[in-house]
Amino acid sequence: MALDSKVPKGPIKDKWTDYKNHIDLVNPANKRHIDIIVVGTGLAGGSAAATLAELGYNVKAFAYQDSPRRAHSIAAQGGINAAKNYQGDGDSTYRLFYDTVKGGDYRSREANVYRLAEVSANIIDQCVAQGVPFARDYGGLLDNRSFGGVLVSRTFYAKGQTGQQLLLGAYSAMNRQIARGKIEMFNRHEMLDVVKVDGKARGIIARNLITGEIERHSAHAVVVASGGYGNVYFLSTNAMGSNATAAWKIHKKGAYFANPCYTQIHPTCIPRSGDYQSKLTLMSESLRNDGRIWVPKNMDDVMAIREGRKKPTDLSEEERDYYLERRYPAFGNLVPRDVASRAAKERCDEGYGVNATGEAVYLDFKSAITRYGKEQAKIHNITNPSEEKVYELGQAIVEAKYGNLFQMYEKIVDENPYKTPMMIYPATHYTMGGVWVDYNLMTTIPGCYCIGEANFSDHGANRLGASALMQGLADGYFVLPYTIGDYLSDDIRTGKIPTDTKEFDEAEKEVKDRVDFFINNKGTKSVDYFHKRLGKVMWDKVGMARNEKGLKEAMAEIKAIREEFWKEVKVPGNANEMNPELEKAGRVADFLELGELFAKDALVREESCGGHFREESVELDGEQKGEAKRNDKDFAFVSAWEYKGEPADAVLHKEELEFKDIELKQRSYK
Amino acid sequence: MNLTLKIWRQKDSNAKGQMVDYKVTDISEHMSFLEMMDVLNEQLVNTGEEPVAFDHDCREGICGMCSMYINGEAHGPDRGVTTCQLHMRMFKDGDTITIEPFRAAAFPVIKDLIVDRMAFERIQQAGGYISVNTSGNTQDANAIPISKHAADEAMDAATCIGCGACVATCKNSSAMLFVGAKVSQYALLPQGQVEAADRVRNMVAQMDLEGFGNCTNTGACEIECPKGISLENIARMNRELMKASIS
Repeated sequence: MALDSKVPKGPIKDKWTDYKNHIDLVNPANKRHIDIIVVGTGLAGGSAAATLAELGYNVKAFAYQDSPRRAHSIAAQGGINAAKNYQGDGDSTYRLFYDTVKGGDYRSREANVYRLAEVSANIIDQCVAQGVPFARDYGGLLDNRSFGGVLVSRTFYAKGQTGQQLLLGAYSAMNRQIARGKIEMFNRHEMLDVVKVDGKARGIIARNLITGEIERHSAHAVVVASGGYGNVYFLSTNAMGSNATAAWKIHKKGAYFANPCYTQIHPTCIPRSGDYQSKLTLMSESLRNDGRIWVPKNMDDVMAIREGRKKPTDLSEEERDYYLERRYPAFGNLVPRDVASRAAKERCDEGYGVNATGEAVYLDFKSAITRYGKEQAKIHNITNPSEEKVYELGQAIVEAKYGNLFQMYEKIVDENPYKTPMMIYPATHYTMGGVWVDYNLMTTIPGCYCIGEANFSDHGANRLGASALMQGLADGYFVLPYTIGDYLSDDIRTGKIPTDTKEFDEAEKEVKDRVDFFINNKGTKSVDYFHKRLGKVMWDKVGMARNEKGLKEAMAEIKAIREEFWKEVKVPGNANEMNPELEKAGRVADFLELGELFAKDALVREESCGGHFREESVELDGEQKGEAKRNDKDFAFVSAWEYKGEPADAVLHKEELEFKDIELKQRSYK
Repeated sequence: MNLTLKIWRQKDSNAKGQMVDYKVTDISEHMSFLEMMDVLNEQLVNTGEEPVAFDHDCREGICGMCSMYINGEAHGPDRGVTTCQLHMRMFKDGDTITIEPFRAAAFPVIKDLIVDRMAFERIQQAGGYISVNTSGNTQDANAIPISKHAADEAMDAATCIGCGACVATCKNSSAMLFVGAKVSQYALLPQGQVEAADRVRNMVAQMDLEGFGNCTNTGACEIECPKGISLENIARMNRELMKASIS
């Protein structure tokens, strides 16, 4: 099947408006006869469910947690971008579009990104109307901050809990519709397969996680908003339950999976402390507004710090290497995430890591605290303030901005980051790759849509900070509700989709067989045993730096782990009850396939772009020496993989990327 | 460190539960409490026993999923943290730790340490929202200035994670800190004024219907709340309710 991105014709700034003016609509009376399933209730799924229900469709929403409010969007900290230009610093729709395409290392689809930038301003209006308590200045207007990879302040925030507040906004909109009966909410349910009738997505098979019952649900369209697949690494900043199962199931039924190798390793996470570790915790990128990243210049100091003979605060300015400021004077500590992560890895690989594992660098707030303190002293007319007074005044400002993050850090690490620099190291955080979708956000299965992090569409090979929330809400509030109507306008006479058909019988049987297999297998090793092994292969060979040899080994090793998993996995308990180990087993089984496709995708892409860094593809000389080298001649395409059984047999389809409105350039942050 | 755990085991909502003793060894002080529970569960799986079911997800203190009652305190002995952020450095070698589910009539046990918090959902559905369509045809976000003070106070109330620690802690199993926080967020913002009276009436009515008790100003909820939601929110809710009843 040839890939058709269905991007409307015409100039980029008119595409979305023209598109909306010409699509088919469903009249309000007919919407009452149309059902839509939404899987996942984070920012994308939650906002989509609320909006679709408000339009009049009957929505069935599914979440594996006990409430939509607990989806992992809630953990997003720093903020949400929007081209409001409230700061008058030259921001515009075009600039946000440009920054996003450039930040994504020219591997995203122009038309989608432009649309995202276009609707971004509206998201803020919408959220304020819902009562989202964004940060404000003393004049009562909305405040902004800056994020990596851009030169304007366009990020709106609610302390360090922006994701929480936006999700609670979408959740409140959902609640209004649940109360009206327009959304039927299925908490503690997990989608285990999609059901196709005559080639179209017409329902799902879900497991009730409390009773273990396997249920059939039909609809005229299915929307998958199940988030990313970062947990393929076992350790990531994702929630423990975050999984790729819904996305992988639709892939196995015909939806192409795009660019799995584009994964974001976030530069500022709390370093690992031991083998028992179950997850990693992010420290928001917003901290890089005020924090300076460094390691010691001299190896003697590194050793002294590791052995506890010296403290980081003992080192003078001259003894510190602020390596981001040194290497990237224009963007400094605010280079994009992929660049910052690799720079940290480079220093640590050279032996300059500052903790016992050798995998940590400092994020230091001292100069920001001093700067704010001096400013406050001026504001309060304090002449000749003591150093302590300046520090106290400055600390109050930093606390107001990032208090919850500092508290979180202190609880985990047991050190006070106001007094001593934070230790950070990169960790898997977000997946730019995902299910391939066209301009309508429809997958290659008719009637099956994919939105939010679960799709591949807007971030190219690297996502800029504060853009995930923007994309999730743009897809759910403003894009999908239009595009899905165009498709559903053909379904006004279809009537209810019955579930007592052979298609549902077959899908249900497949799901039940698999559940029974896990329960009856009685192997010798726990699910986590396999998940941890998979994670180690992924991190070591398909992590921040990749090469041909390592990727080939990874593919073989993952296959071997998968084969052993199916022989030896042990799942205690029964199928017809609440059984968390059984849930994990299904998810890990899917990660064991996805991981191999991920490595295969990374192997095929013989260039470095964004989060995908091939050691074979670096600049050899000049000002950019050692930096990632993209190859636009051969690789300016989206890799969309078709499922053919074994991941190694997946077939590659290419969507060539055209850049008409942005000139392809090497990304330079120097 | 080596520890003895006394854990509430209950097969399902209808079964009779009981406390069961377990031993864990070589626990590092740097582990989180839930990582210690992972060690126990791995041990149970390997010996063919059923692992202990407990709610958890984000493991960074924001999703509100985790919910254990540890040594008689919701989210355990530390302050300002959820169970997932509690670290083993709060305990000593040889300790016996008692772990129970959040107990309240309105939070029935589903399995082991997992409880059903759907009552919170129904309270939110009764009025925990502003009736604005998500069409995008709203006025500009800066059209109504909101004082920084009001916005900050609304934010403080809005940080509630809906975990239910307040209910589990309260001797009356009252949900008034939870409901008060939501009512306050909207009461403090101009956007929330239009529906203020109906909102507080409906949410309080649903809260009573679910079987939560009333507040008798002990203040334990405020101390155990992982997000430090202030008791003032309960006072504000009562004022709002009073206002609604005379308007």
